[in-house]
Amino acid sequence: MLDFEYVDVKSLKGLPELLDQEEGRKIVLAGGTDLLDRLKERLEQPAQVVNIKGIEKMRGIEFGDGLDIGALTTIAELAEDERVQRDYSALAQAAASIATPQLRNMGTLGGNLCQRPRCWYFRDQEYHCRKKGGARCFARRGLNKNHAIFGDGPCYIVHPSDSAPALQALGAQLEIVGPKGKRETPIEGFFQMPDENILGENSLGADEVIVRVRVPKPAMGTRSTYLKFRAKQSLDFAVSSVAAVLQVDGGQVQAARLVLGGVAPIPWRCQAAEAELEGKGLTDAVIGRAADAAVADAQPMSDNKYKVRLTRNLVRQALESLREG
Amino acid sequence: MAGWKKLDEMQLVNKRLPRVDARLKVTGDASYTSDIKLEGMLYGAVLGSPHAAARVVAVDDSRARQLPGVKAVLADLKANGTVRYAGEFVATVAADSPQIAQDALALIEVEYEEGEFVVDLEEGMRDGAPKVFEERENVQEGRVNEEGDVEQGFTEAEVVVEDEFRTQVQTHSPLETHGCVVQWEGDELTIWTSTQAVHGERKGIADFLEMPLNKVRVICHHMGGGFGSKLWPGPYMGVAINLAKEAGAPVKLMLSRKDEHLGVGNRPSSLQKLKLGAGKDGKLVAFAAETYGTAGISGGAGMPLPYIYSVPNRRHEHKDVLINAGGGRPFRAPGHPQACFATEQIMDEMAEALGMDPLELRLLNDPNETRQQEWKIGAERIGWERRKPNGSDAGRMKRGMGLAASTWGGGGGGTQAQMNLFPDGSVEVKCGSQDLGTGTWTHVAAVAAEELGLPIEAIKPLIGDSDYPYSGGSGGSTTAASVAPAIVNTARLGKEKLAELVAGHFGVDAERLVFAGGHVSVAGDSDKSLTWAEACSMMPTDMLSVQGEWVEGLSSRGVAGCQFAEVEVDTDTGRIQVVKLVAVADCGLVLNRLAAESQVNGGVMQGISYALYEERLMDPRTGTMVNADLENYKIAGALETPEIEIVLFDQPERGVIGLGEPPTIPTSAAIANAVANALGVRMKELPMTPDRVLDALEEV
Repeated sequence: MLDFEYVDVKSLKGLPELLDQEEGRKIVLAGGTDLLDRLKERLEQPAQVVNIKGIEKMRGIEFGDGLDIGALTTIAELAEDERVQRDYSALAQAAASIATPQLRNMGTLGGNLCQRPRCWYFRDQEYHCRKKGGARCFARRGLNKNHAIFGDGPCYIVHPSDSAPALQALGAQLEIVGPKGKRETPIEGFFQMPDENILGENSLGADEVIVRVRVPKPAMGTRSTYLKFRAKQSLDFAVSSVAAVLQVDGGQVQAARLVLGGVAPIPWRCQAAEAELEGKGLTDAVIGRAADAAVADAQPMSDNKYKVRLTRNLVRQALESLREG
Repeated sequence: MAGWKKLDEMQLVNKRLPRVDARLKVTGDASYTSDIKLEGMLYGAVLGSPHAAARVVAVDDSRARQLPGVKAVLADLKANGTVRYAGEFVATVAADSPQIAQDALALIEVEYEEGEFVVDLEEGMRDGAPKVFEERENVQEGRVNEEGDVEQGFTEAEVVVEDEFRTQVQTHSPLETHGCVVQWEGDELTIWTSTQAVHGERKGIADFLEMPLNKVRVICHHMGGGFGSKLWPGPYMGVAINLAKEAGAPVKLMLSRKDEHLGVGNRPSSLQKLKLGAGKDGKLVAFAAETYGTAGISGGAGMPLPYIYSVPNRRHEHKDVLINAGGGRPFRAPGHPQACFATEQIMDEMAEALGMDPLELRLLNDPNETRQQEWKIGAERIGWERRKPNGSDAGRMKRGMGLAASTWGGGGGGTQAQMNLFPDGSVEVKCGSQDLGTGTWTHVAAVAAEELGLPIEAIKPLIGDSDYPYSGGSGGSTTAASVAPAIVNTARLGKEKLAELVAGHFGVDAERLVFAGGHVSVAGDSDKSLTWAEACSMMPTDMLSVQGEWVEGLSSRGVAGCQFAEVEVDTDTGRIQVVKLVAVADCGLVLNRLAAESQVNGGVMQGISYALYEERLMDPRTGTMVNADLENYKIAGALETPEIEIVLFDQPERGVIGLGEPPTIPTSAAIANAVANALGVRMKELPMTPDRVLDALEEV
């Protein structure tokens, strides 16, 4: 990794001004579990690394009218919090499924949302792929068993975050601080498809940071779960995952939110599947139709057809587990 | 001929001994090559070709040379030469820090003329495929093993099964990468390196440099795994030696994880087309195999077929294939897991065709007497009678059981050792073997202490240095069977010397002396006894030194084993979980039961990893390995570990045999047979990853 200047900041005040509008010149460091790898592989060569770990305002989990999580909260803190486990199980389960205890102790929620994709072509500096400003996606006709089955390119990464699908299914909002002050945005819409933003995965400006993540209080009768499948249990990213949030009343689904992970360049909301559920009881037939609907639009490539079957099965399992309460 | 003490007289050997180096390792005090830091030492790094096939047209290293902190640049490793795999070294630098070395590599500009390449076994076999070497065909000359009359055999056969099996390229992936620290002092060279063969490396380096052996010293006290890939020096060593000479300073060069995957060995892949014929009674009568395999640009990919079974009429033709990828090196039982995977599956297919229990078919055709007993032990431990017909388990999670066998040579020879006794009673034992992680430190100390009648702490073992008496490389499961007899012999020579002194003191025959419990005593005369230290204090010099060697009678060759796997397959996700694995291991005389079990555990885990996770993935379009890391090159971890039940099949009368390699051989085949039993669908290609399982289920 090339030399860079290391800057410690303790306060949000002046941070956006310290950062730079130019992509990649200055980079924010929180947990560092992803950044360090990227620096070593020279995917990024910043002039300055700005450490924000000392900003107290970005820490802590608060419970009021919903959940208010500082972006510097570690994944471990999130996974272990009993209140999160009780009322926001999809989020707690997603956090617990991330990486290893060591990485969960270091990694932060903000970092988990902003981490870069794991595509093996993107991660290797030898491949000048589209995501790095090149002309070619190597995965499209290359080795793509881990790649997207939704979205139809032009880049076929999958979004690697486990917390993102869970937060999106729970209807979270992000508080972002930039040079113009605070802005609040729903997490749905924060992530961007490759045709909108090929060099990044979200709408966060280079001079902005996520400060807090807010999750509304679940309506009565809400149940949620996060189901993740990985190729190996000891430390792995999702091959496919599903965050499911259902509000059930009198045996009928009042509202459903299904968001998939590991199968598209962004957390992938399945509105067609949600529509199959809303207003109905969770019978096998309804669950089966919802699972089919979730993958109806999938466009697998040479090596990832299995992801369609796998994802359908995961959606079914997630819904079955919510039926059982 | 020498013999071991009686088992019931042993205090240390054959017991459960914690490793003597355990404390050093868990506290981080053990010094690995990666830990060596010398005064003024520089850090080396290598630049690999990004292309799978190319001619190096020009190299411009001027910018790298100007970078402050860079002390040596060698950019002519492939001057006007051809690179034949992505990762092949093109240039190298030494600098004050690893960071500067990496920065310098980025400043070296190499102009390549790219060529055509092929990185897949079956693509490489096609007519008109790009040739890896201009002067050679990709498909090498075949080798044929034939016995009996195969055609006649298949005519006689009443049942014939035929199938194709494929296994992947597996890289060794030791935790500690290949690497070394090189120090020149005048015309003498000292090298600390992560190696399985301190004497073998010394010979290789001396030959390479045309230096006398006595001017090269190789040291390896502790190493983080090798699995066969560290038996001889690699190009990285030559590079480090030249950098150190150029810079006039010691150089440390540890390969990166990526370098490690790309260029320092692997277990070759295989394509095995098998045909097996039997009578209705299950007796095998004919076997035919056409096999191919590749590691990359070099390395044999053969495998012994029809593995352990006796078939009177058989033919096996094998051809090695070359592709543009890093070459092979020996990997824990070379050829055997591949052979076992295919043979044991076609045996199960035969059993199914015959309507016979797979175990019964084995018992009928396995000529090995030890294994005849082991099959029955394993079957009992796994509960073989619970096994259902293939594919008959209902529901989403399906269970199945499978079995497979292993064979190996092992045995030992050639090792020498030196024992130094001191007047204060302390003892050191020097042996130029090394501890590959298999427990050699402890074996040396325990065997010496056992012979001298001392506690294990009384012995200071000294190994891992080419200045010590000769011992061979730790390959072929030969270390324990080579080292232990040499230590016994040396200790007995030491006892003889000491016995002469004590016998003179007591005025008795030396034959009457007994060495036990820290004392040297006259048998049958309890008054005449000296402590070990008192006995040693009688030596006329400051050190009493003896040199011994490996002798017949304490070890033997030939290792038989078998494993039984029970798996659970999730038909929703394609995940295979090994629930339980029973490993019956032929052990001869076990030196340390704890270490032996650890060996079997490790072999089984590496076998599970081979069966379900590991695979070198080569991108056909760019010719590069896409998973040269430990994220996408997946290795089984703690959560993938099943219950492993180990049965050490003791045969102490045989002396020490080998245990390093055999336990990894049958694991993948036993799992594959268990998966076929669970699903009713056979997985004929390794690794059996969820995508392959789901694709196979989709086809049903």
